[in-house]
Amino acid sequence: MARIHAAQAIHDALHLAMAADPGVVCYGLGIDDPKRIFGTTAGLQEAFGAERVFDMPTAENAMTGIGIGAALGGMRPVMCHQRLDFFLLAMDQLVNNAAKWRYTFGEGHKVPLTLRLILGRGWGQGPTHSQNLQAWFAHVPGLKVVMPASAADAKGLLLSAIFDDDPVVFLEHRWIHAAIGEVPDGDVRVPIGKAATVREGDALTIVAMSYLVAEAHHACRALEQAGVYCELIDLRTIKPLDMATIRASVARTGRLLVLDSGFATGSVAGEIIARIAMDDWSLLRAAPQRLAAPDCPEPTSYGLTRQFYTEAGDIVRAAGKMLGLSQLPLEALPPARTHHDVPGDWFTGPF
Amino acid sequence: MMNREFSLQLLHDMLLVRRSEEAIARHYPQQQMRCPVHLSIGQEAAAVGICAALTHQDQAVSTHRSHAHYLAKGGDLDALIAELHGKATGCCGGRGGSMHLSDRRVGFLASTAIVGNSIPVGVGMALSQQLKRSQAVTCVFLGDGAVEEGVFYEAANFAAVRRLPVLFACENNRYSVYAGLEKRQPAGRKLTALAEGIGLRAWEVDGNDVEAVAELTADVVASLRDGAGPAFIEMPTYRWLEHCGHADDDHLGYRPEGELAAWQARDPLMAMLARIQPDAAWLAATESVLAQRIDAAFQRALAAPYPSPASAFDGIYASPLQEND
Ligand SMILES: Cc1ncc(C[n+]2csc(CCOP(=O)(O)OP(=O)(O)O)c2C)c(N)n1
Ligand SMILES: [Mg+2]
Repeated sequence: MARIHAAQAIHDALHLAMAADPGVVCYGLGIDDPKRIFGTTAGLQEAFGAERVFDMPTAENAMTGIGIGAALGGMRPVMCHQRLDFFLLAMDQLVNNAAKWRYTFGEGHKVPLTLRLILGRGWGQGPTHSQNLQAWFAHVPGLKVVMPASAADAKGLLLSAIFDDDPVVFLEHRWIHAAIGEVPDGDVRVPIGKAATVREGDALTIVAMSYLVAEAHHACRALEQAGVYCELIDLRTIKPLDMATIRASVARTGRLLVLDSGFATGSVAGEIIARIAMDDWSLLRAAPQRLAAPDCPEPTSYGLTRQFYTEAGDIVRAAGKMLGLSQLPLEALPPARTHHDVPGDWFTGPF
Repeated sequence: MMNREFSLQLLHDMLLVRRSEEAIARHYPQQQMRCPVHLSIGQEAAAVGICAALTHQDQAVSTHRSHAHYLAKGGDLDALIAELHGKATGCCGGRGGSMHLSDRRVGFLASTAIVGNSIPVGVGMALSQQLKRSQAVTCVFLGDGAVEEGVFYEAANFAAVRRLPVLFACENNRYSVYAGLEKRQPAGRKLTALAEGIGLRAWEVDGNDVEAVAELTADVVASLRDGAGPAFIEMPTYRWLEHCGHADDDHLGYRPEGELAAWQARDPLMAMLARIQPDAAWLAATESVLAQRIDAAFQRALAAPYPSPASAFDGIYASPLQEND
């Protein structure tokens, strides 16, 4: 066990995986540059050589297809992108090839490809550097999608992704890099498809993903001051959804609030709510709710972006509405960050 | 030999770009420009030389590193600085930030933030110019990294098939972020050879020599207007500051020892000053007017309001959605 940041945990997972399996190769823009993808690939090339750890031309689509071909040839490629948005050039290879290959060509074919996509946040990332498109990936049969919130899950899910025999999209929120937590030593994997109940309660089930889990923790703590105990489920995997865990919780609480960092329409939150409404209608004592990003491109301006950030206070307000609370324990929340567009005052840009 | 007035104009425009970028770098640590910025210090001659051959009817598209192109094309300085501050008075009302600029009045269609992203848009603009029998042409600014994207070939191929009036203006600063050319492209292969291979007429010109760029571009643009078909100009040049942000980054060690210094010794601005030797009074007056304009732009940007939060959701569609709730 060690207390480390998620960025360090990701780094450790990459080192472990490359040491464990000579078939693991790791590539992406900037992987061996002075910044080492926010430190996550530090030392990797030094340890495993430039053949297995390499920078690439600015050619996302081809390099994804090359990853697919290498995977079919027996490698386990891990491709890293500093923004999900850059990876959009590769949707053809991902959707038309990676996702469908095994289904179409049969059992002799497998595509153990991991795509590490970093989700941009803050400091005016703007319309094309901040998109949370987990719902797109989840929509495509043949892909698995994970989205860790904690340091331990970042490591454990990345290891699972790399050693999974199917293509896995690993969605890494820029702000979880700073999440600190206890992380088990060694090759300890977190299973794909298992959510985690991270707080127990009977008033309301809150389902969250990635960075929103941190905001939800603050909200739950404040609500507890008012005697309201919420159950908080960290989704961890977007596809497949762990509906059993969510259902069991809703059976206790009768109320469901889903937090989603993606656009509202067609969101993962919408899918979860649809499934509960269809299959577990009788468990519900109130209409399920979601807090998602507005259906609007995210602008750059500091003056416009506050409403694109779901914060603990927004969660308390939504919970209060669902529970009919007359008094909201907003003063019990930790003091708001000075600026909504940075993870902490230590962040001073530019990327 | 160019006429002196034109040379002074080139010098003026390079000073405008240099002093503006320097001011952005100076103010950036105050954290009022809350968006990534990619500065063009060291690369001014390419932007200015190309744009000197374009009229305001001609269109330009650019990249993440576009302040110089926007200004050289005649884009409004106040609106640029306000955009970097996220203010309502910015050229995109604060929505775009540094990587999304536009000034339609001067033919600066847009810059966009994804590598290679604006290339086909520029080619499409040229298609519209051809279909409308316009004399105008389109300039697509791109970096050496962007020719690695498939979309460059796809767009250039179409431009060649249709003989579109498009100029690909490629600033080869040898780097894509921290990755040198040799890591990304085979040694010894010229960008101009790639361009020719796909059917573009291609030239290389010293990207730090503003007069050479301007002279060549004037001829090439004239040939585009005559229907000679798409063209590619490669301009070797060099970025002085970090890829993204306001600071020096030579200490990171990704540039070979002495490379930055060697390029700084070939400062495009100093070279032009040395060549045309403007008289001291002209230079002092120009510098002082620019300093005042730039200062005023920052003051106005700081004083300007942010766009109202409620306005964030306006204008997603030309004809707004009618959702039936
Ligand atoms: C599709 C895509 N991949 C990666 C990036 C990240 N990125 C931003 S600028 C840049 C460098 C591009 O190099 P070049 O085209 O030579 O332009 P320069 O920065 O040198 O002006 C990269 C890789 C991006 N914005 N879009
Ligand atoms: Mg470059």
